[in-house]
Amino acid sequence: MYTEKVIEHFRHPHNMGKLRDYSAVGKVGNIVCGDVMWLYIKVDKDPKGREIICDISWETFGCTAAIATSSMVSEMAKGKTLKEAIAITNKNVAEELDGLPPVKMHCSALAADALNEAIYEYLTQNQHEIPDALKRRHERLAKEMASLEERYKAFLAKEQVANGTKTAGDVKHAPD
Amino acid sequence: MDKRIYLDNSATTPVAAEVLEAMTPYFCEAYGNASSLHASGREARQAIEKGRAEIAAILGVSPSEIVFTSGATEANNLAIIGMAFAHEEKRHIITSKIEHHAVLHPCQWLESQGYEVTTLDVDKTGRIDLEQLKDTIRKDTLLVSIMAGNNEIGTLQPVEEIGIICRERGVAFHTDAVQAYGKVQLSTDSIDLLSVSAHKLHGPKGVGFLMVRKGFSLTPLLHGGGHEGGRRSGTENTPGIVGLAAASSLAFNKMEETTARMRRLKRRLIEAIHAIPGTRLNGHETESLPHIVNVSFQGIEGESLVMKLDEHGIETSTGSACSSPTLEPSHVLLAISVPISMAHGSLRISTGRQTTREEIDAFLDVLPRVVEELRAISPFKVGE
Repeated sequence: MYTEKVIEHFRHPHNMGKLRDYSAVGKVGNIVCGDVMWLYIKVDKDPKGREIICDISWETFGCTAAIATSSMVSEMAKGKTLKEAIAITNKNVAEELDGLPPVKMHCSALAADALNEAIYEYLTQNQHEIPDALKRRHERLAKEMASLEERYKAFLAKEQVANGTKTAGDVKHAPD
Repeated sequence: MDKRIYLDNSATTPVAAEVLEAMTPYFCEAYGNASSLHASGREARQAIEKGRAEIAAILGVSPSEIVFTSGATEANNLAIIGMAFAHEEKRHIITSKIEHHAVLHPCQWLESQGYEVTTLDVDKTGRIDLEQLKDTIRKDTLLVSIMAGNNEIGTLQPVEEIGIICRERGVAFHTDAVQAYGKVQLSTDSIDLLSVSAHKLHGPKGVGFLMVRKGFSLTPLLHGGGHEGGRRSGTENTPGIVGLAAASSLAFNKMEETTARMRRLKRRLIEAIHAIPGTRLNGHETESLPHIVNVSFQGIEGESLVMKLDEHGIETSTGSACSSPTLEPSHVLLAISVPISMAHGSLRISTGRQTTREEIDAFLDVLPRVVEELRAISPFKVGE
């Protein structure tokens, strides 16, 4: 079901781990849906004075596709100017991996979203002007993250009920 | 990787050499249609009835109580839908939250047809509550369908007690025994309907049976020929049935020895996995099938774990959301209240008769390294 390129990136992921000295981090996904991606960027100026992503890394909890897209997006963004990096779409990421199974397309969105969020955080922290498209995307993502957080809280509440002593089907027939 | 280590025997098993040998003549030599009058037909009929008698003897029932099917999915559908259609006056069915989809989906389909279905909860080990069962049975309850042993977590249900409760109240009891058949002693005394599949037991794919106790009428799902006493039409799968019978005899003859070995391997697996930090065992510690171990690893996702192990030639499975087409974690793990983070990181290891101690050791050698690798790239660190 996965392309060879996906498998290759999954088996030998690039730029994994946490940067020691990062400029910003983009955190997307939630444990409730089974994918969480943290993307770290280090921004510096190139000889022409343009801001570039001089180093990048990630930490991902997720499936094969989530790990492969993390690896791929980090490769694609490395050395790019912020403007170029902002232009990377989830479609680009999937294409670079020779495609993803339809059910896994959301993983490529997660990778591009994480990059978006890292750049957004960098620009905000440094009080740079934020392009409209980036801002709109950030607002949409923030909303999604909040709703995932709600779902997660609901799950946790259910877990607490289940781990208490009173649920139907519990207690009376505890393990022998 | 020079050799694969197959630890996914709950999904399917390799066909045993003895089974294949028993089946082989029924493809090219004794190929007759069991309904034909001539010698070739009689030969096939004889083989089928011999197989039926063998299975009936194993279960302590009469041969006419065995209906051959295309597998357990059909057997479950026939039991549930066949019973419902044959007894229109009773429209309530009871099942559990951790049944296989081959039981849950026909129940849900019946619901869409105006039947009422109650789905029983299970406790954190995966067992139903017999008191809740008693309370749920009504005057119009037709059927209780509760699996003997769970395919994901291995938990065994108290089928004898369930059967007695049902019988006392005049309710039919069906059990999906796909994983339990040949692995644990099953007393059929209080079971009215029982589903089995050959390929989980070193037999061929595409064949199984439904045991139907005398006196229980079923509306057939398939019409056209009146085979299997009018309960399942279609030319009998002679090689398949011969294989199913051979696989059954082999499993039951070797059961004590096999399950003792499986239990030793299971103990070894659980002990070694327990030594890895951030793990939990899903299921029941003692009331459990000998061949299934289900564990969760904190901080990593099950699908990547399965893929990493596959890289080392080790074949397992997971109940993680990412491995399912619906992107929902396993309904079984959620039903036993596995924390959501742990439900995503589950791994099912299931042994077969062919599994060796060396294979388990090789797996246990690779597993901690692979878990470590995946934890190294995860934002969630164990112990935090």
